[in-house]
Amino acid sequence: MNILSRGLLALASLLLILTYFLPLWRIELVAPQYPEGLRMFIWVNRITGGTEFDLYNINLLNHYIGMKPIEPEAIPELKILPFIIGFLIAFGLLSAILGKRVLLYAWVITFVLLGVAGLADFYKWEYDYGHNLDPNAPIKIPGLAYQPPLIGTRQLLNMLASSFPDVGGYIAVVSLFIGFLAIAMDLRFSEAGKAEVKPA
Amino acid sequence: MLGKKKVLLGGLSALVVGSLLAGCPPKKEALKTSAMGTDAASKVYVPPGKHDEFYVFFSGGFNGQVTVYGIPSGRILKVIKVFSVDPETGYGFTPETRPMFMTSHGFIPWDDTHHPWLSQTNGEHDGRWLFINANNTPRIARIDLTTFETTEIIEIPNSAGNHPSPHGTENTEYVVAGTRFSVPVPQRDVPIDSYAQNFKGTISFIKANEPGKMDVAFQILMPGFNYDLARCGRGPSNGWCFFTSYNTEQAHTLLEVNASKNDKDFIAAINWKRAEECVSQGKFQEMPATYYHNYYDEKKNMAVSEVKKSVRVINPKDCPGVAYFLPTPKSPHGVDVSDDGEYIVGGGKLAAVIPIFSFSKMLKAIEQKALEKEIDGIPVLKYDAALHCELEKPCLGPLHTEFDGKGFGYTSCFVSSEVIKFDYKGCKVVDRAPTYYSVGHLLIPGGDTKKPYGKYLIAMNKITKDRQLPTGPELLQSAQLYDISGEKMQIIHEFFTIGEPHYAQAILADKIKDKIKKIYPLAENEHPYAVKAEKDARIERKGNEVHVYMTMIRSHFVPDNIEGIRVGDTVYFHVTNLEQDWDIPHGFAVKGSEEAEILVMPGQTRTLVWKPKAPGVYPFYCTDFCSALHQEMQGYVRVSPAGSNVPLRYYTGTPTTQK
Repeated sequence: MNILSRGLLALASLLLILTYFLPLWRIELVAPQYPEGLRMFIWVNRITGGTEFDLYNINLLNHYIGMKPIEPEAIPELKILPFIIGFLIAFGLLSAILGKRVLLYAWVITFVLLGVAGLADFYKWEYDYGHNLDPNAPIKIPGLAYQPPLIGTRQLLNMLASSFPDVGGYIAVVSLFIGFLAIAMDLRFSEAGKAEVKPA
Repeated sequence: MLGKKKVLLGGLSALVVGSLLAGCPPKKEALKTSAMGTDAASKVYVPPGKHDEFYVFFSGGFNGQVTVYGIPSGRILKVIKVFSVDPETGYGFTPETRPMFMTSHGFIPWDDTHHPWLSQTNGEHDGRWLFINANNTPRIARIDLTTFETTEIIEIPNSAGNHPSPHGTENTEYVVAGTRFSVPVPQRDVPIDSYAQNFKGTISFIKANEPGKMDVAFQILMPGFNYDLARCGRGPSNGWCFFTSYNTEQAHTLLEVNASKNDKDFIAAINWKRAEECVSQGKFQEMPATYYHNYYDEKKNMAVSEVKKSVRVINPKDCPGVAYFLPTPKSPHGVDVSDDGEYIVGGGKLAAVIPIFSFSKMLKAIEQKALEKEIDGIPVLKYDAALHCELEKPCLGPLHTEFDGKGFGYTSCFVSSEVIKFDYKGCKVVDRAPTYYSVGHLLIPGGDTKKPYGKYLIAMNKITKDRQLPTGPELLQSAQLYDISGEKMQIIHEFFTIGEPHYAQAILADKIKDKIKKIYPLAENEHPYAVKAEKDARIERKGNEVHVYMTMIRSHFVPDNIEGIRVGDTVYFHVTNLEQDWDIPHGFAVKGSEEAEILVMPGQTRTLVWKPKAPGVYPFYCTDFCSALHQEMQGYVRVSPAGSNVPLRYYTGTPTTQK
């Protein structure tokens, strides 16, 4: 790895520190009687509402369709995720210090795999909340599940549900992009280096 | 009286319309609509979903409350419950709110509200509180403008007919009170015709700038006249408050005639900074008096009453310079201070002129001792010494004046049913506009502050007659909105108001609307019987008292089935609304309740007391349509005969026995 790629990898790793302080993802529900919307933010280690009471109100409304309450303390992913991110940061910084090309590749591949696994897990989580409903719920619509989209918007009864990355999520994407950039720089400059070396 | 009014109205028709129609006989329809410009509709149209520019707080007069409207649309926004019990919410019925109604005369379920006054900082509206007086059993209430709820009420001792009130000072140091009906001070059994010897007026200053700490700072003992309205000075005249008086004849019967004899009555100018000095120098008498101070603690969800036992009374003889009288023609009603604080306009109901006094000339007259005489230790200044000018032939029955911040005053004229606009420095009438009919007070948003918004004027009329679809002998009062941004006043809207608004004040909506509370945080609820989670809902029996710790949330009660209540029990339903969402109150009503229902706001606890009289099963339900399953939000209480041994049992969903 050249110094530029090492710097980029270090930058990508350090950027991830910001994801501890900014939400990764947001789910928003807008309905005729909730024009201001109800919001839920997913962080590395917790779930919060757009206001102090949004999560409370989302759970209150969800009981009509038999959806189980969202209880952040009971979600194991939120306990693991901080360590996964921590691992990525440490791994990336160590690789930048050691400067081995194989470590850069390994870091980017690990990041991609973790990202895919994370999204798959998120989908499973949404699927479970959307389908695993209390049979005694007051409102039952045959054939309708309440799974919010992975990314995008979907009408669920009176609620327009949207699910998108939030600032922390975008930072993770940028971090990964910088990782790819580090690979690209590494390839380009090492080839240029070779070309320069040849005539000599 | 009525005949006279018709003649006057007819005369006015001729005056206004005659010129328009160039000599044609006046037509009624023409009179009623002539002032209405074609673009009026667009000036008052606020599209659905958009907000008004101003909140307006109208006193409710004999309904004892305050009504809030939006301006310019004239849409009703809320009725704030103040001095009258309200079965709709349970205000005055629940143990949480009953203490607000306590006075030295006991529980008083009603009063007569007259003058709202918005709190000020540096002579401008600050949007913190609204104060309003109770005329009948003298009191002043504080309304919190984050919740639009009454949070404090203080009784005024040594007073009767608290009319010149609350009219506070420019930093809300004080709100004031005065006696419209002088009475024996202290109260005692004396012949009514000993009025001149025994009856006194009082002018009170009540500390107002700390919630929960309202207190009568001092009272000034005044001659036994009728004190009518007040305004405190601002800018240069800060430190002074002005009160009109009539019945300086000291009549006690047939006042209509006997109190209308003197050509001049008085404006009392009170130097409250001087009064503070006298208090600090001990120049007052601590007089025994019993009066109540009631305060609602939002966190405890509970009002408490405190009984006060004495009051500081200043006799002007012992505190020279605290009070002066300005002779004022004739039976004056309003006394209003211009936005620059220099001019004081008296509204003599029966006078042919409107006197405009100069504050700086008044100070000079005091300095030069330009005195006519002295009454009970109060110097009477020479009329001309303090007078800036007399507005000649203004109108008939001038009552009350506000200012537009552009050098003009606007006075309501009851008898000639019109509003006049005048240049108060140049002393001339520049415009007049009819009202329908018999205007009392008027208001300009911020019209009693240093910074009036001279855009709108509202005339509050006492007589409605044919202005709306008829509703039998009793009609609502009418309010008419004028655009005063131009040279000519233009009537642009009319709407109808609840009770009998005597006065209103308006504030820029932006000064309040972002500070409004949407819910009461459940976590801060310190009500002794609150339950914050359904698992803690329970019932406790203490002899014949049964306390139900109940919760409400969309769309069920916990518990919703209750057994083991007996005839002879007093059941306290302590109901907590677990919602934390804006505009989701729940109601609670039980069949056969001799109390009211209760409306419980999100995060609040309220108690309904119920004494079942016969065995049976009684339904209770939510009265405020809260959700798609509101109609399912109900429950039952089983009442067994006295002495029955049906066990206490309660549940929601799954029957269980008592733990």
